[in-house]
Amino acid sequence: MSRTGSDTSAARRRQHAAVFAALGDETRLSLISELSAGEPRSIAHLTGGTRLTRQAITKHLRVLEQAGIVHSERSGRESRFAFDPKPMQELREYLERVSAQWDQVLGRLKSFVEG
Amino acid sequence: MNNRIEKRIELKAPPARVWRAISDYREFGAWFGVNIEAPFVAGQEAQGQITYPGYEHVRWRVVIQKMEPERLFSFTWHPYAVDPKVDYSHETPTLVEFRLEKIATGTLLTVTETGFDRIPAERRPDAFRMNDGGWAQQMKNIERHVADRQ
Repeated sequence: MSRTGSDTSAARRRQHAAVFAALGDETRLSLISELSAGEPRSIAHLTGGTRLTRQAITKHLRVLEQAGIVHSERSGRESRFAFDPKPMQELREYLERVSAQWDQVLGRLKSFVEG
Repeated sequence: MNNRIEKRIELKAPPARVWRAISDYREFGAWFGVNIEAPFVAGQEAQGQITYPGYEHVRWRVVIQKMEPERLFSFTWHPYAVDPKVDYSHETPTLVEFRLEKIATGTLLTVTETGFDRIPAERRPDAFRMNDGGWAQQMKNIERHVADRQ
């Protein structure tokens, strides 16, 4: 069994869970979709084209911000939100590590039952 | 990116043999690398000390969920629960399922681990509640979208 890694603190796993949870909403996914184009956007821009209020969009952006998926930048009098791909990449790497461990474990099971 | 792990492996051994390797606590311990202390019982906790070199400090702890002979074995646990100083008992566990299927050459074993997207309810304000419908598909869409842009 090799279920480990150098960066396996509970805080990190909690962060993974927060990223997963943040992604589990259609509005937030469409916000990410919009922001992942690379251009930081204002709340006004992100609210335009949706049927949601500015407050609702702001709330979703805060959830994404807490998960580290977006961050806000001050631009004059307004905030702009920018996409940060890192948390989603880390999530993928985490799942890849768990996946690789299963490969090892199941390789041992295979030798065990076929041996 | 997906919120589940799925592995399929063909084993050249009949389902009865594979079932024993998975459901008998001593056999399970032999290939998994853990010194399990008592037989598996559905609904009950099973634990032991990891024997795999380098991880002997790790306590292995699962709750056996289902034991359907030659068909399904499942347990919940905390993936990556390797730091002895951390109490993982309040974390929402993931579900691991072993499904056996008889094939011409032996057994097709499918292992899935799910539940990575859950966090304990008390840490989840309303805004965090999962929208379960089409989650996996949504993730695929997003991943494709993000990949296309990079």
